[in-house]
Amino acid sequence: MSSIAATNKRGFGAFLWDYLTTVDHKKIAHLYLAGGGFFFLLGGLEALIIRIQLIRPENDFITAGFYNEMITMHGTTMIFLAGMPILVGLMNAAMPLQIGARDVAFPFLNALSFWLFFFGGLLLNVSFLTGGAPDSGWTSYASLAMASEGHGVDYYIAGLQIAGAGTLMGGINFIATIVTMRAPGMTYMRMPLFSWATFITSVLILFAFPPLTINLFLLMFDRMFDTAFFNVALGGNTIIYQHLFWIFGHPEVYILILPLFGVFSEVFSTFSRKRLFGYTAMVFATMLIAFLGFMVWAHHMFTVGLGPVANSIFAVGTMAIAVPTGIKIFNWLLTMWGGQVTINSAMLWALGFIPTFTIGGMTGVMLGSSVADYQYHDTYFVVAHFHYVIVGGTIFGIFAALHYWWPKMFGRVLNEALGKWTFWLFFIGFHLTFFIQHFLGLMGMPRRYWVFLNDQGLEAGNLISTIGAFFMTAGTIFFLVNVIVSARGEQAAADPWDARTLEWTISSPPPYYNFEQLPLVRGLDPLWIEKTEGDGTMPPGEPLDDVHMPNGSIIPFLMSVGFFISGFGFIYQTDSSIWYLALYGGLAFSISCMIVRSLKDDYGYYIPKEELEKALKGEAK
Amino acid sequence: MAQDHSNLFPDTLPAEPDKATLEGKNKFFGLWFFLGGETVLFASLFGVYLALKNSTAGGPSSTEIFGLGLVFLMTMLLLTSSLTSVYAMYHMRNGDYKKMVLWLAITGLLGIGFLVGEVYEFAHYITEYGFSFQSSAFGSAFFALVGFHGGHVVFGICWLITLLVRNAKRGLNLYNAPKFNTFSLYWHFIDVVWVFIFTVVYLMGKVG
Repeated sequence: MSSIAATNKRGFGAFLWDYLTTVDHKKIAHLYLAGGGFFFLLGGLEALIIRIQLIRPENDFITAGFYNEMITMHGTTMIFLAGMPILVGLMNAAMPLQIGARDVAFPFLNALSFWLFFFGGLLLNVSFLTGGAPDSGWTSYASLAMASEGHGVDYYIAGLQIAGAGTLMGGINFIATIVTMRAPGMTYMRMPLFSWATFITSVLILFAFPPLTINLFLLMFDRMFDTAFFNVALGGNTIIYQHLFWIFGHPEVYILILPLFGVFSEVFSTFSRKRLFGYTAMVFATMLIAFLGFMVWAHHMFTVGLGPVANSIFAVGTMAIAVPTGIKIFNWLLTMWGGQVTINSAMLWALGFIPTFTIGGMTGVMLGSSVADYQYHDTYFVVAHFHYVIVGGTIFGIFAALHYWWPKMFGRVLNEALGKWTFWLFFIGFHLTFFIQHFLGLMGMPRRYWVFLNDQGLEAGNLISTIGAFFMTAGTIFFLVNVIVSARGEQAAADPWDARTLEWTISSPPPYYNFEQLPLVRGLDPLWIEKTEGDGTMPPGEPLDDVHMPNGSIIPFLMSVGFFISGFGFIYQTDSSIWYLALYGGLAFSISCMIVRSLKDDYGYYIPKEELEKALKGEAK
Repeated sequence: MAQDHSNLFPDTLPAEPDKATLEGKNKFFGLWFFLGGETVLFASLFGVYLALKNSTAGGPSSTEIFGLGLVFLMTMLLLTSSLTSVYAMYHMRNGDYKKMVLWLAITGLLGIGFLVGEVYEFAHYITEYGFSFQSSAFGSAFFALVGFHGGHVVFGICWLITLLVRNAKRGLNLYNAPKFNTFSLYWHFIDVVWVFIFTVVYLMGKVG
């Protein structure tokens, strides 16, 4: 009953306990955003250090070893600990409301997902304090990772294994939620695009993360238990690592972008006051991108030497993805066509995304041409390409989503002026940083190098790039200021944007049970239908009755602590067998938590309908 | 606050007690999706095994060490245990708790029998042939694939024991029926994986 406790303000201790034990999807969303936001700042700091090192030729701002740690941790942090958790946070915040559900299918598992991610990320970053972070790149290819001294790579393995388990659970949770818990009348083809994107992204997570799990296991066995998967002397083969990594890694980039395609669809449609153009085509384009995403992993391995036939097949597959993505771009443009377009912060990010992502897509097709790729491979052209899609798509999308759903998540509308400052600083900074990198790459500057040399024509480009990075930093600071300033603002209305979907039918922030009565959905954009054809409120889809709610629990937190401790055991048992104590102790503790959860019945509790009646009357006033 | 949970404990159970509540339905779907992920997990391990099965590094090869007799016995034990878990679910849907427990117990015993065979097999390879997790890439891949499966069997048996112990003194209800059902689904899955291991690892290892 933790959610009730939250409504009575009772000091910091109670607040903390509430968040440690919560199973409410809206509070877990807060946790994800806070955790992911923290790691985003950390990853940004690492990026800034990289750019300062490259501000002039033969710079010695940091050592070569530390530079390797920076590029590794920047990539790993941004993808696993910032991008994905923030996305999962947005899904948690919006998806159950959009489909008209009271929570996700497995609230307990939802909390466990978060805490596993958080402690996995913490474990990874502890490595900075204990003598060296991972330094073999975010891909951590076996050939390089096997040769890496110290425990850095071991931290990478243990941290990602724990965080990855949490992500996988989150994926299963969202799929089950969408399959079983849609409100009456909410058929699949009436689901908002963001919910569709959540569904399809979760399927990608479900099928993409196990190969990573196995890959990390193989690397762990080789590094810690002397097996021979990647030991060529005993018949091992390091190419296996590359295949498994990219069978995970390529779908991963679609995991990072598809939810934002959903966000942009919501934002364009809301702020053009028009139904999304080509809804059905959008849904099927999303599915097609997800499907093709699994078919093209070897385009990351063109220069490995798989042969011309394999390279050609994967090149054609890669270029095919441009088709469904193009469908989406045109549908967004046509959604705005003839609409009453409002340009505010959320819409600016969406508008900025279209040209940026299109450039990233175009360089993607260039890279997908396997013959030309021999020229681009491992140069700054690749760096520029993937930042155009990941920053231009994912990060722009996250900012759009934050501005759009902030009132629903936190009950405050973000300040428009500051929002516009954030956008313009970040947008200009982004293009300053990365546009020039295309040319640096074409001039032959390789990625992941600690220094570049004098008199090779690379000085001006790198200087501009670094200046851009400071602009992006300034943009991010403006956003943080906005968060603080807006917190003092007025309570947001239930529907501040005159929007179209179910999350805007309930108060901002919503009550802990979301809906007193589940709404009856009469079509796509249900709220808009009621505004134009009904009385502007949702008709109930069920009689008023007691509402069943899950109990809060501290077990997810404790269980993750156990895995965190056993992570240290795995990392250090090669040094001294005393660490087996941590390894087995931590695992035993986590398994005990699991058994306690299994043995102790948890029926949840009911909110009596009288209380809901009271709330309904309050709303009517 | 009304905390009446009697709806979970009706006097007569509905036809499908495992899917009668929203929680039960969620567990059913959730486990199926989990098994989808597990399929990819094992597919990755099969891929690794197929890539490395001839990398013996001068050590014993699959044709030298595999003995189909024991593996056939293990296969029979595990296949039968899948059948007995079907019987258990049949009795669960008929609301016959005692018979369900009986068949689940038989399922568990057959699973333990399988594990005994596997432990003997592994020990035999290590002591007789010096064929281990560390001896060659083939050894690493073999023990990783078959060992992961064995680990899943161990987990399943622990799961089953926990379920049986917890519910020993109370009958079937809408709260615990989904738990038995998800266990049974999981058990079928590890059985199916074994069918593939038997074919790809042992039969193809002996003949191909």
